Formats: sequence, structure tokens, C-alpha cells
Amino acid sequence: MTKKNHLTPDRFKGEAPKHPYVEALETLDLLDQDRMLQTGVVIRDIDRVGTFLQMDHSVVHCSVAQEGLEVLSTEEAAERYDWLNEYRWKMLPRDLDEFTAYAREHTRHGYFIRALPGAKATYPLQACLYIAHDGIAQCVHNIVIVEEGAELNVITGCLSAGEVRTGLHVGISEFYIKKNAKLTFTMIHNWAPEMHVYPRGAMVVEEGGLFLQNFVCMHPVKRLQMNPAIYLAGPGAVVRSNTILVSTPGSWMDVGSRVYLQAPETRAEVVARTITTGGEVINRGRLIGEVPGVRAHLECHGLLLTPRGLIHAIPELEARAEGAEISHEAAVGKIAPEEIEYLMARGLNEDEAKATIVRGFLNVKMAGLPAELQAQIDQAVRQSQESVL
Amino acid sequence: MLRVFDLTVVVDGRVILDDINLEINPGETHVLFGPNGSGKSTLLGTLVGFDRYKVVKGQIYFKGEDITHLPVYERARRGLGLLFQRPPTIRGLSMRDMIRICSRGRDDIEGLAARLNLERFLDREVNHGFSGGELKRSELLQLLAQDPDLILLDEPESGVDIENIALIGRTINRLLQRDLADTENHRPLKQKREERHKAGLVITHTGHILNYVNADVGHVLFEGRLSCRGNPWELFTCIQKLGYGECIRCVV
Repeated sequence: MTKKNHLTPDRFKGEAPKHPYVEALETLDLLDQDRMLQTGVVIRDIDRVGTFLQMDHSVVHCSVAQEGLEVLSTEEAAERYDWLNEYRWKMLPRDLDEFTAYAREHTRHGYFIRALPGAKATYPLQACLYIAHDGIAQCVHNIVIVEEGAELNVITGCLSAGEVRTGLHVGISEFYIKKNAKLTFTMIHNWAPEMHVYPRGAMVVEEGGLFLQNFVCMHPVKRLQMNPAIYLAGPGAVVRSNTILVSTPGSWMDVGSRVYLQAPETRAEVVARTITTGGEVINRGRLIGEVPGVRAHLECHGLLLTPRGLIHAIPELEARAEGAEISHEAAVGKIAPEEIEYLMARGLNEDEAKATIVRGFLNVKMAGLPAELQAQIDQAVRQSQESVL
Repeated sequence: MLRVFDLTVVVDGRVILDDINLEINPGETHVLFGPNGSGKSTLLGTLVGFDRYKVVKGQIYFKGEDITHLPVYERARRGLGLLFQRPPTIRGLSMRDMIRICSRGRDDIEGLAARLNLERFLDREVNHGFSGGELKRSELLQLLAQDPDLILLDEPESGVDIENIALIGRTINRLLQRDLADTENHRPLKQKREERHKAGLVITHTGHILNYVNADVGHVLFEGRLSCRGNPWELFTCIQKLGYGECIRCVV
């Protein structure tokens, strides 16, 4: 599908000018700051326990303010820790596809975030991957390790500068949530209309671990394709995943998650709400129950707001063992006229009624989010909705 | 309050309502009987202005104004309210926000909800997972907030259990300014009755609601035509005894 828009990595520039390191984010260009703020990255990091900022290929800022937490560039972490190779390229095959193969050769930095055993982050950590120059290829390798009993909340803003029109972003991510650890991971994308974006992720959750994943992309992007694998490897491991996508004309998004329930008592809940105002969305979801006594539920809901656009929901359920309880709920369509009429009978005009329904549709309460982050996502929903209607 | 002249309505190319004439004065409550498929809900839907009901002939006047071709929300803002028989669910919208929409930001939401034992429902999604009785109470709560002058009630008692029906009856009476036992002020009941201006049109299939709500006039809608008008209890007793088969004699 839409092969015509598919660009190979060599069509982008491998090199970009260096960016100087900054001690304080306030000294960044105001336009850059503004873009970051729109993408969940706070500049005065009072509400963040640490920050990693990479612009193009340069690590521009890296700091952490709590004992027991580490934030480094992945390259720096590799120099510091011999054992990093036990975590790097462990879950993702290098030859997964041409982008992964390209990233293998061209990776520059990316974040390494680690919570030591028992450490509980008081505030979220933020990571920002920024493309500042037009036409470049940015490849990063991100590693998050939440050690036994630790708790971490990571907010990632992936975005391009206002003047950037095109570019390639390949993010290799490998996350490890160990025994009884908890990771809340929220990713907000804010790209440009000609950007090509290929996150490649794999996450493993060990016994009693909890992984809360939120993904929000409400801005134009040429191609966005991702389908991370989540392995619930230890008994009682849980994943809850929420995705909100808005596909504007010219955008093509192929987004999903695969969850492998590999141990008894593991649970998965995967929810996606997608809207098109003219772009294309392929919304995938695949739950694989490998052992008895697992429970998983998948929800793909799509709303078409204009006669153009396409939403293709592909929910897949796979039970490989007796007694795996796996279900799904999928619905794709335009706004139900009965709902519009219902609200109109209560006094809203047609546009107000539609806006109310869309706002409700996108009103996904993302479990485990700090109130401030939920408020930020609600704000993003409102902004995108205003631009949509 | 409401005057309907020679109203003919077509749905998907079929005539559903044929030459309807109806007048409801301020303070009056009318009841509409009729078998399934006779066009009762179509009549209410046409009065409210739903898109799928095409008026091919006739006019609807509300408070003296021709509203035949006004959009739904314009009619709502002029004081027309509908209790839906099967209201849809609005995902992600809380009852609290819905009540705010209905009241245009005026009322004491908690207080209204308490009247219908719905305080605990305010943070739930509109109608999501509600039982039959809860749906009707949700509808009535929305109408209390909306405070319309003409209230159209589409089978307010359907799917409601015995415990809830009295509460629903009381609330309808309140909406229709028929809660005569109200002790909030001490005007004579006669005066209150004479000052009453809220009007209602109630569809009932079972007639059960008549035990709770006093109606002034009854109508029978049969095969898209208003075939009969009279005392509501008399009509209802007749329908109970003879069924709608008797109506054929008047329509043919």
C-alpha cells in the first residue's frame, strides 16, 4: 500500500551540523522551546526528575536529579558499562527491515535510562528527540532498564523543528521492566508533513512487572510505521497500552502493538482510538496467548470525519494454549447520526455536537498517568480537535 | 403551544404520517396511543426535527412560529424537549458534561441529579451500561436541566421496574408543572393549575404511565392517521377491551 511514498534511507542526509551542549534548556532558541512545549517537553524542568535532549546527532542536554536514576546517551552508557551488550540488540533482529539495518550502521546516541533496584522516581523523566535540520536521517537507540522493584515514568517527545519539512527518524527501543518494576512510558510525536518515521521497539516485562504505554500522534506525518513487540515473560506481568492517532490529509500511519503473553496470569489491555480527517490509518493489534490462564483484550475504534481518508483496523487474536482468554472489540465508521441528533435535541448545533462526540471519542483515560500529564494530553486533544473541525 | 396542520411525513419513500392535525395548548398534557408501527415515534421525531423524517406537506407551529423546517437544535433552544425511547451512548462524555450542555451552564447539577438518585452517575459516560430504568432517569435528568416548555415523552415507562416508575411519574409531573403536592409555595392549587403553562405529549404503549401522570386529552394514531380523540382513560379502557382492531372501523 502507498509504496509510492516509500523512501529508502539513502535518500536522506546522514550528517548534520553539530549542536552545542547547553546547561539550561532556557537558553535554547525560543522557537525550539515552543515546539518542545507543544510535545510534552517542559523547559524549566522543575516537574521533571531528569532530561535527555538530542538534536539531530548531538546530545544537547543530559541531566538527572535523583539518586538511583541514570540518564546517559546510549553511546556513553556503552563506554561506561561492559554489560550494555546484554541489553543492546538483544530483542530486535538487526535485519528486521531496511530501516533497522540502516540504523544498525548509522545509530547516533539515543537515550539510556535506568532505575536502580527499588528506586522510585518522584517525577517523570523526559527525553526529547529533535530533528532541527531539514532532510536528515536521525537514528537513535534507546534503552530503558527498570530494575527490580523500581518505578519510572518516562515522557518522550519526538519532533521536528518548525522549518523542517522532511527527514527520517528511526528509533530503536529496547525496554526491560524487571521483577515487580513499573514503567509508565508516554510518547508524543509532533512531526512535519513530509517526515518518515519508523520506531522499532521491543519490551520485556518480568514477573509482577507493569508496563503502561501511551502513544499520541495528532500531527501530520508522511509515513509513520511501528508495531512494537511486548513480551510478558514473567508470571503476573501486565501491560496496558493506549494509542491516540489523528491522521490528516497526506498522512499515512501504520501503527499497532503485538503482545506475547508468555507466562501464567499475565494480562494485556490494548486500546487504540484513531481518527482520520483525510489521511490513512492502519491500526493493528495482535495478542498472542502462549500459555493457559492469560487474559488479554484489544480495542480498535476508528472514526472517519470526512468522506476521504481510510481506517483499516486489523485486530488479531492468537491463542496457542487452552484457557487463554483473549478478546477484541473493533469498530470503524463515521460519527453515528443518532448521536449527533441526540446532542442537537439538547441544544447543540451540528458542529458543536460533532466536536463533543470527537472529544469524547479521544477522551481515553490513560491509566497511571500523573494528572499533569493527562492534562497535557487532553490539551493536545483539544488543540488537534480545534484544527480538525 | 403546538399546532400541527395537515402534516404528511415520508420515510424512505413511504408515507408514515398522513394528514395529521393536532393542537396542544399551554398547560395541557396529551397522550398518544397506537399499535407498534403506527407512526407514534415518527410524529415525535418530526416535531423535534430529525433528518430522516421528510415533511412533504403541512406545517408545525410552536409558540406561534413556523418551525417546520428549523434544525433540531433551534427547536430545542426554543423550548422543545424529547425523552428518547432508546437514547444512544456517548462514549467519553460524562453525564455531568451532558447536563451542563442541557442546562447551558445554569443549574445546580448535583441537586438535580439527587432528585433522580443519579449522583453516582454524574462521572459515568452518558448512558453507557445503563439499565432500562437508569436510561429513563438519565433522560429525565437531562430534561430537568433543559427545562423545555413542550415535553415529548416517547414511552417513558418502557423497561422501567416497579420501584422506579413512581419516581419517573413524579419527575414527569414536575416537568409538566403538575406536582401539585409541592409545598414550596402556598398558592391555591387551583391557581397553580391555571398558571401552568408547560405542555406535554406522551406516547404510551402500556398505558401504565396514566396511573402516575394525569393527561387531559388522548389520541389514537392508527396507520399514520389520528383516528380518535377523547378522554385518555376512556380511550385506554376501550383499547384494553377491544384492542386496536376497533380503530380500523374509524380509519377505513
